[in-house]
Amino acid sequence: MPKLVKDGAIVDNEWTLMAKPEGEASEASVPAGKVIVPLSVWLARKDALTARDDIGVWLDTDETADQLGEDARRLPLVAVHFPAFADGRAFTNARLLRERFGFTGELRAVGYFLAEQACYLRRCGVNAFDFGADREQHLQATVDALDDFTEYYQASVDQPLPLFRRRPS
Amino acid sequence: MYIYDEYDRRIQGQRVTQFRAQMERYLDGQLEEAEFLPLRLQNGLYVQRLAPMLRICVPYGLMNSRQLRKMAHITRTYDKGYCHISTRQNIQLNWPQLEEVPDILEELLEVEMHCNQTSGNCIRNTTTDQFAGVATDELVDPRPYCELIRQWSTFHPEFAFLPRKFKIAVSATQEDRAAIRVHDIGLQIVRNDAGDLGFSVFVGGGLGRTPVIGSLINEFVPEQHLLTYLEAILRIYNQFGRRDNKFKARIKILVRAMTPEVFAEKVEQEWQHLRDGSATLTQAEIDRAHSYFTEPAYEPLDDAAAQAELDRLAGDNKAFSNWLKRNVRDHKKPGYAAVNLSLKPTGIAPGDITDRQLEIIADLADDFSFGEVRTTHEQNMVLADVRKSDLFDLWQKAKAAGFATPNIGTLTDIICCPGGDFCSLANAKSIPIAEAIQRQFEDLDYLYDLGDIDLNISGCMNACGHHHVGHIGILGVDKKGEEFYQVTLGGNSSNDASLGKVIGPSFTAEDMPSVVQKIIDVYVEQRTEEEPFIDTVNRLGIAPFKERVYAKAS
Ligand code: HEM
Ligand code: SF4
Repeated sequence: MPKLVKDGAIVDNEWTLMAKPEGEASEASVPAGKVIVPLSVWLARKDALTARDDIGVWLDTDETADQLGEDARRLPLVAVHFPAFADGRAFTNARLLRERFGFTGELRAVGYFLAEQACYLRRCGVNAFDFGADREQHLQATVDALDDFTEYYQASVDQPLPLFRRRPS
Repeated sequence: MYIYDEYDRRIQGQRVTQFRAQMERYLDGQLEEAEFLPLRLQNGLYVQRLAPMLRICVPYGLMNSRQLRKMAHITRTYDKGYCHISTRQNIQLNWPQLEEVPDILEELLEVEMHCNQTSGNCIRNTTTDQFAGVATDELVDPRPYCELIRQWSTFHPEFAFLPRKFKIAVSATQEDRAAIRVHDIGLQIVRNDAGDLGFSVFVGGGLGRTPVIGSLINEFVPEQHLLTYLEAILRIYNQFGRRDNKFKARIKILVRAMTPEVFAEKVEQEWQHLRDGSATLTQAEIDRAHSYFTEPAYEPLDDAAAQAELDRLAGDNKAFSNWLKRNVRDHKKPGYAAVNLSLKPTGIAPGDITDRQLEIIADLADDFSFGEVRTTHEQNMVLADVRKSDLFDLWQKAKAAGFATPNIGTLTDIICCPGGDFCSLANAKSIPIAEAIQRQFEDLDYLYDLGDIDLNISGCMNACGHHHVGHIGILGVDKKGEEFYQVTLGGNSSNDASLGKVIGPSFTAEDMPSVVQKIIDVYVEQRTEEEPFIDTVNRLGIAPFKERVYAKAS
């Protein structure tokens, strides 16, 4: 079974990622089992998909967290997609999902990102790292890189108080 | 000056360890070249034409003598014995070995220095007035706010992979010496009618391929909201800045596409979610930041007596008198002065400085200026707190060491990028052009008669040498593999910031001294009494200059 890093450990990946449909999102067929569907499919088929508890949603970088909005609360998993590791929009999406839309489930990075970005991603609320089957050699480096920093200046998801509110005066 | 506490030390130490691991993964082949690129850039490491280049951060341009001595040691041990002061107040090493960079970072850490975010698509070093804290015309010291921004922006997890690099500058004086209108965000410290401190916020300025003067999007952001407001701007930019084309990825393009009004509204909406949140500054934190920039132990001095003695010495010594006029500035404290050390003697690449000179400046700082020194965006250095009674002594020592060239603010105080001699992006050389112009204008009396003139040179469109905002700007251009130079007039980086206008077809390198000479000739003929160069250009427009420069020899 393919692997990913979740909550700091390498574990089995039980979810499959559904690609964006070629045609109408409303017509796309969603397979059985734990599936992460594109935002467009979720938005088009929300009524039918809500009944299932094994549906997650992924956001592409040109989609913003508010397009999923409060729906996030109902989902067990949301993924943010990196088409390229230098595309930093996913960082903002992750943070907004956690901080503005109250998402508490599994927040997963998918696509082409780097182990070296894991610490920043975790700070933005990402707790699972799926490199895909062909880049699993980076899993251990990701576990290691999660603790690159253990102290931070600015507020973010994992530390909602900036350092200046925590420094003893 | 800001001093690390245990938190800063831990964070900076972890950064060095992190980069060492990243470098190892790269050297092991686990990271591809393209993957390592943004990681090394965020540590200031470029790979250049001849060798790697390392850009060392000097937060808002402030250093102490210990740090200078460490820089001297590093340039000697890891480089060729000299380094370079950049237009963003940072220090560049031209010849480090890639593999040695983690060791250099470790050495820097010993003196509370680093290379964080000196390059790459992240928030860069925040810059300010080199006379901060001693200027006679400032509202408050801007450096505590720069330090607050430094901490907020350092390893900001959300904004490490922006569409493009991002630069913030802060000014607290009427006369803008930090060029805030040509930064992605420019902050002007102001007081409102109620007497509260805050920031006028300019966004979307920048040079490069598409030069733009920033737009004012908020006249008054109260000081406690500084960081939340910045966070709102950055978030809008990170979400909506273009990522399809690196030349259109700067915030200036987004602001223009949206219009400044719509951009301001978007920021306002985003800010409503963030304001009053945990990142809102507390008075205790603002006070803490200020506490690091308190006045040094100034002595009560008799200004009149010191000035009388200076006048006497200057009367006897023309060279000293020249230096006083051009390189020494007023200070807010009686009996003190701020001194520019010129890194622009003819024939040395503007901004270059040797290991030995760094050590001499460290000594001078210890002896004459409370152990501190500043770098300037004009690529010079400043000793900010010198007793007037020490000026003569200081001048002699600075002169012996080669940085008392009395040319600050004049035509030969040229801002110049490394150009074709070092930079792989260059279309043309720039250092030899600077030198040829310096030689053309070597007569000091003549130079002083010309007064203040900014001449800025860039080797390509990226505008590292700020040619757009030079009163005279020179840009290297490539025509079928040959080097040519385009000239602009009327640029200005100060309050009434403006972009220079191209006067016409470009010139060869050999032409350049005489082209500048002709421009200056027109000025000398046409100026009214006491009229500075830039005012004459603004009054006359470029036509008469153009006419003279392109006139056929008769
Ligand atoms: C030799 C290595 C260097 C490289 C490869 C390099 C590269 C670049 C590039 C690509 C830009 C483009 C920015 C844009 O598109 O907006 C730029 C801008 C800039 N560079 Fe450099 N640069 C180098 C050296 C320097 C040096 C030595 C200085 C200071 C003396 C400097 C100061 C600047 C500044 C101030 C800008 C900003 C222009 C703006 O406001 O947009 N650079 N550089
Ligand atoms: S302006 Fe161009 S040539 Fe000069 S340093 Fe910048 S990128 Fe290089």
